[in-house]
Amino acid sequence: MKTEINESKLFKVNRRDFLKSTSLSMSGLLLGISFSCSDTSKKLTGNPEVNFSPNLFISLNGNGDVTLVAHRSEMGTGIRTSLPLVIADEMEADWNRVKVVQATGDEKYGDQNTDGSYSVRMFFTPMRKAGATIRLLLEQAAAKEWGVDASECKAQNHEVVHTSGKTLGFGYLAEKAAALPMPEESSITLKSPKDFKYIAKQSSIVDLKDIVTGKAKFGLDNNHLPNTKVAVIRRNPEPGAGLKSFDGAKALEVPGVLKVFTLDAPGFPTTLSKPLGGVVVVAENTWAAMEGRKALDVTWNKGINADYDSHTYNGDMLQRAKTKGKVRRENGQVDKALSKSKKIIEADYIVPLLSHAPMETPCALAYVHDNVCEVWAPVQDPQGVRKTLAEALGLDIKAVTVNVTLLGGAFGRKSKPDFVVEAALVSRTMGTPVKILWTREDDIQHDFYHFPAAQHLKVGIDENNNVTSWLHRSVFPPIGGTSDGKEKEASGAELSMGMIDLPYAIENVCCETQEATNKTRIGWLRSVANIHHAYAVGCTLDEIAHARGMDAIQNALDLIGSDRFIDFSSLTPEFWNYGEKPEDFPWSTERFRKVIETVKEKSNWGKTLPKGSGQGFAAHRSFLTYVACVVEVTVDANNKIRIPKVDYVVDCGTPVNPDRIKSQFEGGAAFATSLALKSEITVAKGAVQQSNFHNYQVARMNDAPYETAVHLIESNEKPTGVGEPPVPPYIPALCNAIYAATGKRIKQLPVRLT
Amino acid sequence: MATYQLTINGEDRKVEAVPNTPLLWVLRDNLNLTGTKYGCGMAQCGSCTVHLDGTAVRSCSLPVSAIGNKKVTTIEGISSGEEIHPVQQAWMDENVPQCGYCQTGQIMSAVALLEKNPTPNDQDIETAMSGNICRCGTYERIRKAIKKASNTTAK
Repeated sequence: MKTEINESKLFKVNRRDFLKSTSLSMSGLLLGISFSCSDTSKKLTGNPEVNFSPNLFISLNGNGDVTLVAHRSEMGTGIRTSLPLVIADEMEADWNRVKVVQATGDEKYGDQNTDGSYSVRMFFTPMRKAGATIRLLLEQAAAKEWGVDASECKAQNHEVVHTSGKTLGFGYLAEKAAALPMPEESSITLKSPKDFKYIAKQSSIVDLKDIVTGKAKFGLDNNHLPNTKVAVIRRNPEPGAGLKSFDGAKALEVPGVLKVFTLDAPGFPTTLSKPLGGVVVVAENTWAAMEGRKALDVTWNKGINADYDSHTYNGDMLQRAKTKGKVRRENGQVDKALSKSKKIIEADYIVPLLSHAPMETPCALAYVHDNVCEVWAPVQDPQGVRKTLAEALGLDIKAVTVNVTLLGGAFGRKSKPDFVVEAALVSRTMGTPVKILWTREDDIQHDFYHFPAAQHLKVGIDENNNVTSWLHRSVFPPIGGTSDGKEKEASGAELSMGMIDLPYAIENVCCETQEATNKTRIGWLRSVANIHHAYAVGCTLDEIAHARGMDAIQNALDLIGSDRFIDFSSLTPEFWNYGEKPEDFPWSTERFRKVIETVKEKSNWGKTLPKGSGQGFAAHRSFLTYVACVVEVTVDANNKIRIPKVDYVVDCGTPVNPDRIKSQFEGGAAFATSLALKSEITVAKGAVQQSNFHNYQVARMNDAPYETAVHLIESNEKPTGVGEPPVPPYIPALCNAIYAATGKRIKQLPVRLT
Repeated sequence: MATYQLTINGEDRKVEAVPNTPLLWVLRDNLNLTGTKYGCGMAQCGSCTVHLDGTAVRSCSLPVSAIGNKKVTTIEGISSGEEIHPVQQAWMDENVPQCGYCQTGQIMSAVALLEKNPTPNDQDIETAMSGNICRCGTYERIRKAIKKASNTTAK
């Protein structure tokens, strides 16, 4: 899911190369950073091998302006701000003098795929080193200017100060620093964390003012190309099955409609990158395209999933979850231990298909002409888009430019390039720039959905009230099956998201899977398989606590056992540590215990609540971040669920941008509220039955938590992800709170109390 | 096609459009006012919220032919030049946006609320804002920003 950085190198760039690489004409101190990378895991992304000598660019010009090229996609996590902030802090730049420019999709920037919650984790140290090197160069330049020793010079707040008190501005020193040789790596010193000015401090996102004034450019907001046409596509409700026949005559009668034509369907499985095909309506403006599409007369082919019914499918998965499956982790002898148990807890859990539904639907502007393709699109993986476009259009990759706009939410949907390819194919046919718009109906009905999942858990407690056995079966169609029909069983990586990485000290553990064939496009949704695994595990732990007559938090702490690093590789060969070596990011029960103990205190756990109210707890490690969560609910006489308070305790290593971390958790709680209480995709006769926000509901202000308190553990450990980790523990904590308030166990999502 | 004379952000604008064209697409396609966003096309999400004579309306479901003489205000029209509307300022002070896509619609709903009710309580805020979806989940900060703006404007 990520590319590993082995080492990073900072080097000087001349004006001409800087211009060529960034399209920015700059003078002064011009630097590039190169990363040497290796692939550690492409299991989930299916991305091609990337080998490159990439560069990120920084300039400090004569008037003191700093320009940083941001290479990560911004979808609301603040990453376009957080990484430049790290460089600025180390180089002692004044953040107000720093301009952030978005990079196009190009291998020269290294890995740009923004998913898996790893951007900060991967780039933190290289960015710090780059900033520290610039700081040293500026100090050396000032020392030379003054004829003093560099040790007497200190960069601070955009100038270098001599021990005597005299100062020189960064702008003045820029050209002089550029003339110096690059310092040896050994002479570079990183700041002490206590001296951080921006890292771990409150800071606003760089796009804030543009966003609140409506000037920020998202995918559909680029109107700069003359003669741009607008296209919408009618797609077969059954993904990949294709077209039988169509009549576009009535569509062409709609004023403004220019052309009606077809795009080929990919068949099934569709792959993670190919467009779905269908009937394209191109018009002078958006409304004409939409009205034209309404007037189409289309007959679809029936494909291999024409009879797909999600209710039946999920029921079948649950039946299979109750029988012996393929063993993915086995420690001890679960069957034997279960047979000797005094108490047995057995529980089944079902999670439906879920849609991403970012507020900005998939969209793109493309212009293909003269064997050149340029696109403007909200994409998480611009290099992947670039490569897919080159293949789809039969162009050299150098002829393809991907400009990354702001992303109006993504949650994993915009890691797929299909909608951008559509825009490019339509532009090629039209010979003009073309914007493609997915309506909300298109988005909800043709997504790459979160897996439907059925799980069965069986837990044994012995006569001494100890938990001695844990059997967990998880059945869901893997993401790999969207590309390859032969892949029918969850991958080790998918199971390492909350199933085979069970951290509790239980003697007999068995984790099993069963086959499940993909019937629709499955893709990753914020926190991926952690969603259904953490839900089932977190709710089962609450049942265990009740069966043992223990407080839920006490039960969890008891099961975690002694402080240790868990060597999961010795427990199952399939363990995956989010692409990181276990020695770099070990599974620490001490850090896990700490977040749990802290949430107990911060949430005022066990406080007296009125009837109809309750607290629920769950904790989970995902994307290398440890999270404990307590949710408080009230359920009124009409079964309306309100969430007055959520407490999160988070250990994500060094918190680089605390306000953005907190906002990810506040938002993650609302997102997870949608998954727990509101959202469900169902399929009948191969077609998705929901179409818009009236029947695919998501949390609104009156559904979301009233207050989410986010407590960050102080840490100098390496930073880890925060975009996805809020989601997994929240859902079981909420369900456990509902149980505390109502006595009802939630075995199926979304929650239906009536 | 018909010709419509509209008053948008205090300016007279002439547009050619078929009568049932939603105001949203007139703003975005004809007038290049792209601060108003498409989110659902059926008045479910509020991303397209603008003011019609000061009242918050969903421009995705309002045909251009229904506007008549009413004054349209979009996100581009609530602040003048570098001066920023107190609600926008409150949004910045509270660091509300994450992805930012829905926020112009949220701000337009909030401005309309505060003009009618300068000191809304939690219930008033929920009622006025429940038509605006934020998938990033910035609701708590939206509520705080409205209260902050309320203190500023009510003074």
